[in-house]
Amino acid sequence: MSTPAIVMMLVALVLVWGGLAVAITSAVVHTRRQRADRSTA
Amino acid sequence: VSGASVEREHWGSRAGFLLAAIGSAVGLGNIWRFPFVAYDGGGGAFLVPYLIALLTAGIPLLVLEYGLGHRFRGSAPLTFARLHPRAEVLGWWQVGVCLVIASYYAVVLAWAAAYTWFSLDLAWGDDPEAFLFESYLGATEPGDIGGFRLGVLVPLVVIWIATLTVLARGVRRGVERANRILIPLLLVTFGVLVVRALTLEGASAGLDTFFRPDWSALSDGSIWVAAYGQIFFSLSVGFAIMITYASYLPRRSDLTNNAFIAGFANSSFELLAGIGVFAALGFLAASQGVGVDEVVAGGVGLAFVVFPTILSELPALNEVFGILFFGSLVAAGLSSLISITEASVSAVVDKFGLARRRAVLLVGGGTALVSTAYATGLGITLLDVVDNFINAFGVAAVGLAEVIVVGWVLRRLGELRAHADLVSDIPLGRWWTVALLAVTPVLLGAVTIDNLRQELATPYEGLPAGFLLTFGWGAALLAVAIGFVMTSRPWREPVAAVVPPEVTR
Repeated sequence: MSTPAIVMMLVALVLVWGGLAVAITSAVVHTRRQRADRSTA
Repeated sequence: VSGASVEREHWGSRAGFLLAAIGSAVGLGNIWRFPFVAYDGGGGAFLVPYLIALLTAGIPLLVLEYGLGHRFRGSAPLTFARLHPRAEVLGWWQVGVCLVIASYYAVVLAWAAAYTWFSLDLAWGDDPEAFLFESYLGATEPGDIGGFRLGVLVPLVVIWIATLTVLARGVRRGVERANRILIPLLLVTFGVLVVRALTLEGASAGLDTFFRPDWSALSDGSIWVAAYGQIFFSLSVGFAIMITYASYLPRRSDLTNNAFIAGFANSSFELLAGIGVFAALGFLAASQGVGVDEVVAGGVGLAFVVFPTILSELPALNEVFGILFFGSLVAAGLSSLISITEASVSAVVDKFGLARRRAVLLVGGGTALVSTAYATGLGITLLDVVDNFINAFGVAAVGLAEVIVVGWVLRRLGELRAHADLVSDIPLGRWWTVALLAVTPVLLGAVTIDNLRQELATPYEGLPAGFLLTFGWGAALLAVAIGFVMTSRPWREPVAAVVPPEVTR
């Protein structure tokens, strides 16, 4: 594989799969915080 | 008990909704359309317009449709009727598009199911193209219907029985449970295929062809139109599904975050499919001693001609990988077919107050009956034409109408943004309004004009004008006609006039 192709593959993986990971992490954090709020209320 | 008078069903969990939404978005197009569109649009450079399209049109449209369904708590026709009585036609037009698409989409799944069976002894032999068009489909020319093909009809009946059984069991016990099985199954089978493809000789040449950037492509407007088209067609937006699915969400649901997860999950699978497909194409090119560019294909040709050729050339376990490949096509397509049919079933339940099972039998059974027309010798030509026209002048046109009506005519984006912000963790910024008022209409308009220009320049696939007029333009107009006819029917109960109260903090 040429260097530009390797770079673009890595950029694509980081941006797309990274975007998914950030969105899922945000959802998990939000759910945990809601549960904690409910249990202390 | 009538369907509309009972309380609306809910998803069992947030994960259940997300799996169903991702299952709807991830379909055959992710596997056989995206890799070719990306390769054709500049390889690695295509990533730039593709990601911009995801963030400025795909995710904003998902938030819009989640907001509409969640705020007005109905199928597409009920949601639009509650938004404004005159907007109901938009919802039925979208349902019309769903019905047309479901009628032929099930047939492609039937082919994939048959090919899963054929994989047991690699029945396509040395000439997969002749096997597909002559032995299996018995393809005929326009004017000759060619009679029913039992090899298509039998799996088609099985696909419809599976789909209607899932839908008859309801949202939580049917749709959600099916997606909880289908999506993990798809990820595992496709993951195994990608790992195998990456370890084949020539895979790196295939990946090089897929990811090597051609930056000059970015100055070509048609590449941007293709990127927005890919995002739009891939996310299941613009045809009633996401509105319907969001209407089953509990009152407190993080709409914005759900849209980001569904949007990025769809693109993640597309990227995985691109890697797997091009690694496999690299292997085929190496084994035939030609360049990767010479074996690149998309659509039906990629799935049912090129892949069988690759499967026959594999050094070992050819049958197993055949079953995994065509099985994953069935899994990806089935979750999408379930969503397309559910959008129509839900609309009929809301409008006519029918019980779910009766609506499933009526709508699903009727669509299944129509779909048998594609199980004939003429089926593949008919399918190709209807698919082209309903996407170009059905999905794109109704999506464009949706953003113009909601954003510019009724000016309700502010209300929907406030609703999304009320229930979501991340507030929507001005980017969302700008994306829907300016970027999306302009680009969707460009997609529609480009489609029209191509159609008027040369008749699709060089087919006779009468055939294209009857089945191509006819299918697109049928969806519009369904919109007007169904809107003219009265509501069984006055549900459209009752707008559910806004969620309180």
